[in-house]
Amino acid sequence: MPDRLIYLDHAATTPVRPEALEAMLPYFSEQYGNPSSIYRLAQEARKAVDEARQKGARILGCRPNEVIFTSGGTESDNTALKGVAFAARQWGTHIITSAIEHHAVLHTCQFLEKFGFQVTYLPVDGEGIVDLRELEAAITDQTVLVSIMYANNEMGAIQPIAEMGALIKSRSRALGRSIAFHTDAVQAAGALDLNVTRLGVDLLSLSAHKFYGPKGAGVLYLRRGTPFLPQQQGGSQERFRRAGTENTPGIVGTAVALELAVAEQEEVSRRLSGLRDRIIREVPRRVPDTRLNGHPTRRLPNNVNFSFEGVEGEPVLLGLDFAGICASSGSACTSASLEPSHVLTALGLSADLAHASLRLTLGRDNTEADVDYLLETLPGIVARLRALSPLARSAD
Amino acid sequence: MASMYYSELALDHAESPRNVGVIQEADGIGVEMNPVCGDLLTLFIKVQDGHIADAKYQIRGCAGATAASSVLSELLIGASLEDAGRITFQSVLDALGGLPPSKLHSAALAEVALKKALAYYQSRGTR
Repeated sequence: MPDRLIYLDHAATTPVRPEALEAMLPYFSEQYGNPSSIYRLAQEARKAVDEARQKGARILGCRPNEVIFTSGGTESDNTALKGVAFAARQWGTHIITSAIEHHAVLHTCQFLEKFGFQVTYLPVDGEGIVDLRELEAAITDQTVLVSIMYANNEMGAIQPIAEMGALIKSRSRALGRSIAFHTDAVQAAGALDLNVTRLGVDLLSLSAHKFYGPKGAGVLYLRRGTPFLPQQQGGSQERFRRAGTENTPGIVGTAVALELAVAEQEEVSRRLSGLRDRIIREVPRRVPDTRLNGHPTRRLPNNVNFSFEGVEGEPVLLGLDFAGICASSGSACTSASLEPSHVLTALGLSADLAHASLRLTLGRDNTEADVDYLLETLPGIVARLRALSPLARSAD
Repeated sequence: MASMYYSELALDHAESPRNVGVIQEADGIGVEMNPVCGDLLTLFIKVQDGHIADAKYQIRGCAGATAASSVLSELLIGASLEDAGRITFQSVLDALGGLPPSKLHSAALAEVALKKALAYYQSRGTR
């Protein structure tokens, strides 16, 4: 094992920050009361959940009762899509989404297709952006829901959510019917504006462990008046919209982490985009035949995604791991499915180039020295793998 | 940690693959590709007195495919043609101390490339 560990996989998860952990600890075995109970012990927990909800509402720019605490991004996405679709099916059965969504959205759409919904999967351009005109053209008098991710987890592309929100609102007015707009903002938190009014969204998903909060905790924003059929029954929690005893420590940790992430957003984003741009500039200089996946600037401040021609992503990850660097790949060889990333293939990449991808996602603890070490380490790993290949260019 | 995923021996072969290269005057060549994941193996064998005198290969693929090719070359060098013909993906797996379930196709790639190299050699011999 190398003595250093450089974590460059913040899109996968982040460590719980100390402030969040400290805020959570009392709610495990001291203030453990069930927020629904009546005695004082429980009321401490109730108060903590209510305060967390107010913090969340301040950040999203919404009413506290429009904030629903969930078990994370996957539940928020599932609940948003199924909740709206099943509530609105009497008015229409058409859903619009994009080809590059997280599987929590894509697989939920495929699930809804089995129940008679029709789904349009909007393509993206070569840099991962959905065309507003394509969205406009896809809206019909049957459309009840649009779900487009705010920022992509693999190649960081940022969609024009506010413009989409305005477009959907105006189309919805012209058609004289309501079309709900959901965005999966799981990767956007701590990097982009989360104000639901400015974004013009009716539903928005967050996951706490992506912004230095705990795993197993998330948020669904649900605008008042949006058609919604709760997807979990069995209690009055979250105003009957999400039954089940509240995860008090998780909720407290989520709110603290979100508040701090948003407070530090500008400074952290500026610093990380500097490191990101250095990696984007320097790696292609040191590794020939490198392709940047995604948009050069309309991407998350912490996201880099390369394809190294002729190299499989998985052994690159292994080589980096040996050197103490944690990263990830859109290569199928890192999954059981053998299918390359649907996001990279939607950009027009061949399966070979998708298999050859490397994703590096920076976080608040990364430094210039980490980038120095990456730049020293990575070129040798790629060169060594290329030298093994039957497709290698002969040196002589 | 990704390295927990492979056996120590498989990792060692993946990080320091043995016998990589090309045999210019090869007696048998086997090329096999997995079109799904893109793994590509080119295997070269040299035959002398009914034995595999040398085996080399080039590989583009995951660490599992590299490890399987590397251990195959070790199994081959010095083996009789008869023994070489009995090498299967299972022999490759056994020699590596196993591969993760999602990497079994890497061992299969090695077996098919070997079968092709031996068939190539035999077709030349009877010409």
